[in-house]
Amino acid sequence: MTDYNFAYLDEQTKRMIRRALLKALAIPGYQVPFASREMPMPYGWGTGGVQVSAAVLTPEDRFKVIDQGADGTTNAVSIRAFFERTAGVATTTATHEASVIQTRHRIPEAPLREGQILVYQVPIPEPLRFLEPRESETRKMHELEEYGLMHVKLYEDIARHGHIATSYAYPVKVEGRYVMDPSPIPKFDNPKLSNSPAIQLFGAGREQRIYALPPYCEVVSLDFEDHPFEPSKADHPCGLCGATDSYLDEVIVDDAGGRMFVCSDTDYCDTRQAAGYRGKDAA
Amino acid sequence: MYVAVKGGERAIENAHGWLAEERRGDPGLAELSVAQIREQLALAVNRVMAEGSLYDPDLAALAIKQARGDLIEAIFLIRAYRTTLPRFGASAPVETGRMACDRRISATFRDVPGGQILGPTFDYTHRLLDFKLAAEGEPPEAPGHPAEPAPAPVPRVAEFLNREGLIEEAPRDDTPPPDLTREPLEMPADRALRLQALARADEGFTLSMAYSTQRGYARNHAFVGELRIGTVPVEMEIPELGFAVEIGEVTLTECETVNQFTGSKTEPAQFTRGYGLVFGQTERKAISMALVDRALRWEELGEDNVGAPAQDAEFVLYHADNIQATGFLEHIKLPHYVDFQSELELVRKLRREAQETREAAE
Repeated sequence: MTDYNFAYLDEQTKRMIRRALLKALAIPGYQVPFASREMPMPYGWGTGGVQVSAAVLTPEDRFKVIDQGADGTTNAVSIRAFFERTAGVATTTATHEASVIQTRHRIPEAPLREGQILVYQVPIPEPLRFLEPRESETRKMHELEEYGLMHVKLYEDIARHGHIATSYAYPVKVEGRYVMDPSPIPKFDNPKLSNSPAIQLFGAGREQRIYALPPYCEVVSLDFEDHPFEPSKADHPCGLCGATDSYLDEVIVDDAGGRMFVCSDTDYCDTRQAAGYRGKDAA
Repeated sequence: MYVAVKGGERAIENAHGWLAEERRGDPGLAELSVAQIREQLALAVNRVMAEGSLYDPDLAALAIKQARGDLIEAIFLIRAYRTTLPRFGASAPVETGRMACDRRISATFRDVPGGQILGPTFDYTHRLLDFKLAAEGEPPEAPGHPAEPAPAPVPRVAEFLNREGLIEEAPRDDTPPPDLTREPLEMPADRALRLQALARADEGFTLSMAYSTQRGYARNHAFVGELRIGTVPVEMEIPELGFAVEIGEVTLTECETVNQFTGSKTEPAQFTRGYGLVFGQTERKAISMALVDRALRWEELGEDNVGAPAQDAEFVLYHADNIQATGFLEHIKLPHYVDFQSELELVRKLRREAQETREAAE
């Protein structure tokens, strides 16, 4: 495909996005407005992540795409194919082999290392959006570090349910300053955000925002002293690889409602199975 | 034994194949040509050009064909193509006063210099299905042409009011407008930016917003001062030449409303203006745009914000783009099972605890 520039976007647009990325890395957790372009896939399909990936990819990169933790989900396949066509970069499903990983809704289970870039697709970048619908107001709240409303919401959850009733897109505070939406990852993944050796970039195409976590940046999930944050997952081992430390999908396996639990991160599960680990439902 | 679902790649390929077959329909029937769509579905083509923000009837017709007649999908195809085009520069502002009008009407005056020209309008057709069209027939007879073509330039109706000082001034302003497609939309948005967003806004959304003002949600008593449809030349300054040359022409629909205004703390009683300008013959959209433009001007005219949706620039501008809206709406059909799983765990936990509390009480 020679009709388009390397990685689809023209160089001017990439430069504009890289400027936004540098600013975002300099102010961790701050949402930088950027002039998001219309992409050849719909808003909501990861146009923010795709633009960020396009801006950071180089011909030497090895690219991995996951959706719900899996490389084989249709949209992950589609985005991987897009960059194979437009950038001709090598791809992989192995977390440790990838230099750039684009993800929707998960952080890989295998620890990331220095030099890797994790690109998140973000639907609603504003953690305060569902408390205050106006962008002009929420920007002001961030400026003034006025996060009381968020704490009141979490407190009301505890008063009503005994727990904080947010199980994904759980808000975090970055380097003691900005409250940030970690994208709709399950709160199980939140601890992996903090002190990561990898660069973490967040792209929201429709909402025209980019934000970032530089390596080794402190990220704290919001909580209260007497109600500390708890990452949670289904209380089972993986049916295929027996892992007890991974996030699990629940799969309905028969008409009688029988179910099993398997790793959502397919690369993690495959790697463990190749190493000889077996769960109770494995062949 | 359970095997995780794989093979998304083949599923996608097969889906695309099926889609192509469905798009073509019965191969026993002649295929639609792009030229047929351009000529015979011209109003659909106009809408795709307007909301796709790209004036190219052939590409718009191609997009409609590829999208199987789904106009929002066609607009999306045009937008995605448009964003890859290089920018050579900006044209000089088009002078709609020099428009060669096919249609030009005023609802505020019985007769106006330049005349009332009905043009090709549905307005006075009786909406009776014409079964003759179901049979292939001869092209319709050409109507009698007007004795004299409308003299150009055609004066603007609002200017007659302006001479008496009865309508607000609209002073010439040569500030380059912001570019919504190159800069992120940020609030507060000035009028130029609002008009730009409205010009590519979804027709249905703009219509409903305008309609809501008519029904009392920030009513602004609009009269169609003038509606004109026709072609205008597009000129561009060529740096090597040092002057502007005509590079083509576009069809535009322009609507200027005259709105009753009883005055406010800061402004005397006079008529005010709403403005709509859209590619192609798209008069429903242009009139809607003018009404919404007027509603959004409450602040600069010192009017009260009555809390109506059409007065709320953030609400209108952030929700008017159908490509953004349809993308985000439809993305909820993508897999969300990781998030759903975490919700399942939470609901189970809360139910378990409620159960335990109830049992302890019994």
